[in-house]
Amino acid sequence: MSDIKSDMYHLDTLAELSVKLQAGEVTSVQLTEYFLARINKYNDELNCFITVTDELALADAKAADEKRNSGNAGPLTGLPIAHKDIFCTKGVKTSCGSRMLDNFISPYDATVVTKLKQAGVVMLGKTNMDEFAMGSSNETSFYGAVKNPWDVNCIPGGSSGGSAAAVASRLAPISTGTDTGGSIRQPAAMCGITGIKPTYGRVSRFGMIAFASSLDQAGPMGQSAEDCAMLLNAMTGLDEKDSTSLDVATENYMTDIDRPLDGLRIGLPKEFFGEGLDEKVDSVVRESLEQYKKLGAELIDIELPNSHLSVPVYYVVAPAEASANLSRFDGVRYGYRCKDPVDLYDMYARTRGEGFGAEVKRRILVGTYALSAGYYDAYYLKAQKLRHLISDDFKNAFEKVDVIMGPTSPSTAFNIGEKSDDPISMYLSDIYTIAVNLAGLPGMSIPAGFADGKPVGLQIIGNYFAESRLLNVAHKYQQVTDWHRQIPEDFA
Amino acid sequence: MSAVDNNWEVVIGLEIHCQLATKTKIFSGASTAYGAEPNTQACAVDLALPGVLPVFNKEALRLAVKFGLAIGAEIGMRSVFDRKNYFYPDSPKAYQITQMDLPIVGIGHVDIDLEDGETKRIGVTRAHLEEDAGKSMHGHVAGMTGIDLNRAGTPLIEIVSEPDMRSAKEAVAYMKKIHSLVQYIEISDGNMQEGSFRCDANVSVRPKGQEEFGTRAEIKNINSFRFVERAINHEIERQIDVIEDGGKIIQETRLYDAEKDETRSMRSKEEANDYRYFPDPDLLPVIIDEAYIEQIRSELPELPYEKKARYISEYGLSVTDAASITASRVMAEYFESVVNITDNVKLSANWVLGALSAKLNKEECEISHSKVSAEAFALLLQRIADNTVSASAAKDIFDAMWDGEGDADEIIEAKGLKQISDSSAIEAMVDEVIANNMGQFEELKSGKDKLMGFFVGQIMRASKGKANPAQVNEIINKRIKGE
Repeated sequence: MSDIKSDMYHLDTLAELSVKLQAGEVTSVQLTEYFLARINKYNDELNCFITVTDELALADAKAADEKRNSGNAGPLTGLPIAHKDIFCTKGVKTSCGSRMLDNFISPYDATVVTKLKQAGVVMLGKTNMDEFAMGSSNETSFYGAVKNPWDVNCIPGGSSGGSAAAVASRLAPISTGTDTGGSIRQPAAMCGITGIKPTYGRVSRFGMIAFASSLDQAGPMGQSAEDCAMLLNAMTGLDEKDSTSLDVATENYMTDIDRPLDGLRIGLPKEFFGEGLDEKVDSVVRESLEQYKKLGAELIDIELPNSHLSVPVYYVVAPAEASANLSRFDGVRYGYRCKDPVDLYDMYARTRGEGFGAEVKRRILVGTYALSAGYYDAYYLKAQKLRHLISDDFKNAFEKVDVIMGPTSPSTAFNIGEKSDDPISMYLSDIYTIAVNLAGLPGMSIPAGFADGKPVGLQIIGNYFAESRLLNVAHKYQQVTDWHRQIPEDFA
Repeated sequence: MSAVDNNWEVVIGLEIHCQLATKTKIFSGASTAYGAEPNTQACAVDLALPGVLPVFNKEALRLAVKFGLAIGAEIGMRSVFDRKNYFYPDSPKAYQITQMDLPIVGIGHVDIDLEDGETKRIGVTRAHLEEDAGKSMHGHVAGMTGIDLNRAGTPLIEIVSEPDMRSAKEAVAYMKKIHSLVQYIEISDGNMQEGSFRCDANVSVRPKGQEEFGTRAEIKNINSFRFVERAINHEIERQIDVIEDGGKIIQETRLYDAEKDETRSMRSKEEANDYRYFPDPDLLPVIIDEAYIEQIRSELPELPYEKKARYISEYGLSVTDAASITASRVMAEYFESVVNITDNVKLSANWVLGALSAKLNKEECEISHSKVSAEAFALLLQRIADNTVSASAAKDIFDAMWDGEGDADEIIEAKGLKQISDSSAIEAMVDEVIANNMGQFEELKSGKDKLMGFFVGQIMRASKGKANPAQVNEIINKRIKGE
């Protein structure tokens, strides 16, 4: 490694690394070794990874190089990536951040993992996350909190906090995440990276451990919109193993990424700029909107009158679905089982009591309650009705605007432990992202600047299947700004 | 027995679980074949591994719709799968995927045949698609319970009747009717030993004349027609005894123990699970259109009640005979094959319902496994019709055929059973018998007609069954007249 430049691969975006691989400037093995070395150096401090699959990664990198040498490489062949530990990976521990699955080696690959394998990516390891994706700070993980690379006293956001922190600290050029109420966008915002949650049904949920089935959606978390587009290209498509995956034509998200933004109508919901929004976050977001004006966009004030319902609706729907989804973790077939159960009831009670953490138990209880006889109509059914109202708000808005923008989260990253004992305040950090999941729309977060040295995210929401437009809108901004190229000093 | 006590009326409704004859499971690609080594037919979806998702098997939909059409039911144009939540080791997801509010089959009916030849209409409230559970296996590993998930995810339709039955016998007739129907329309093998067809019975009693229903008990785990009748009758007696002793029936689930021939309480309503049903977000609503329904309607075979009507009008069979033969599709097909060859409806019906049915009953053999084919059986009947053999000889020939001794002609030849129609030979036998029984013959001549049977019997015995009985009668009559 004589060339100085070759020692700084972490400064490159995925797109740049792809060019270097294709030009033969670097091999997959070299890249993989490079990022494994960074993980080795920094992971103890950040706790981004639950599992590092170094041997497997090097073998895959070698195979990728051979593929490239034989002329069979695609744009992603040989590029290292980190998977959120919610995706089942064959032969590799898949914990979902829980003691319940601490001993679970998946016998199969999630569709997302299969598709990315087929595209030739090299998995570096599995990233830390809130237990069963339930959390907004990554503090609910059985494997301990993840540190925010911009301030290690702060949370990285959640639930895809490990994926976000790994990209922010450049321990991996890109990662996968999942988003049920903001779990890609909120940590992307707090870690200063780019993340996109596609339209519900765009990406197969098969093999992605379910939290709330009607809300969960996987997406890429990278340094730039371009990087996310590259990875998303290999992630989408109808999957016959997932009945809710959509039969819509796959697109190449790179095709229109450079389209000019002249005449772009940006909707600004007044509900996203009101009470509860940190002033500094507000001014950073408004500054980025000014930038969009310079790019030719028009800012239009809109209303999402039912958006105040999204947090309460979400905290009925998501726990209700989760309460059933997590019932399979019963100690019978795999995963954690309590020691020496005296009878069946004891096995169930202690397995689940010991295997799940407090936040997961809280949500199972809430969900079970919401579905109980006598409460179903008042909670679950009512929430479903309100969910339609929330969707209708967006439908109306998209008759007037092309995209909707606002802050991703009301504040920047808060201190570890700050909100641990106040679930309501924690839940409010997803107040701007949750409605997007309830409506099934695509949403993004891109770095828009800093407040007190901590990243601020700009959320961009699009109409159904408008991923291409979202990535284009994000990319044009990133061509005239460099927030997305900034790396926390300690990891530069 | 108090069950037939005139003061009480019995009210019964059945929930029948019928396994659909699909090759693969309702939400996974694993095989549904019976009898494999434990857990060899359970894939990741059946094991409910983390991250797996159900995918609906459209063949199960086709079969369920077929059933709905066969009972004249409303078909759910939009049906929805729900999760029924409960913890049990043989339920791998800890919820069962079933249909609650919007089932695939709505209100329909079947007509059952009562013993007096009348029919009675039994309402079907609904039939919905659902997945079966696995099986707990005790005693295979010391101190542990094993779980076999081969059966988990097997497609079922649960057929829920109205509380229209008023006796255990009616309940059995209804269950048999549905059992026959599902085999007719080929949506299930109906194999009760393998658990493909089983039922729960809701039973209550009320004083005759009372409008409202009594409190019901649900009897679970009944897997044979015999047990249905016994379990229900036991339950009726138990309930009447309780009430007559001044007690109250509590709403509860009871288990039928076939070995002890009794029902015992499993759990009361207070202990009942709250299943927390809600629509399964992993599965889309099932939407079908008229064209789909018409396509399936066109695939329906002639239904039992249609067949029965045709047997009465076209073949001139009695209602009872038509009902008996059409009770099973295989039996009806056997019968029609026999009639096609013999062109003799009456003889065919008599012999199919007589000797053949008796043999099947005795051997506890299904008609589908009959050791005498319809073609072979028809040949035997033709030998009766053309007077080659007597009816009594034919019974022996049938037994020999069943035992694999050859076809009718071979056996007639080998055993020398060809009927004697040579009148001089029969006359000689008649005269010999008269000579040996002169006293009785005088009485016969003087008008004691009852003795005719005696003489025919003697002569048939002398001929070893080979004499043509009609000829024997004729010759005796001649002798009476002194000819």
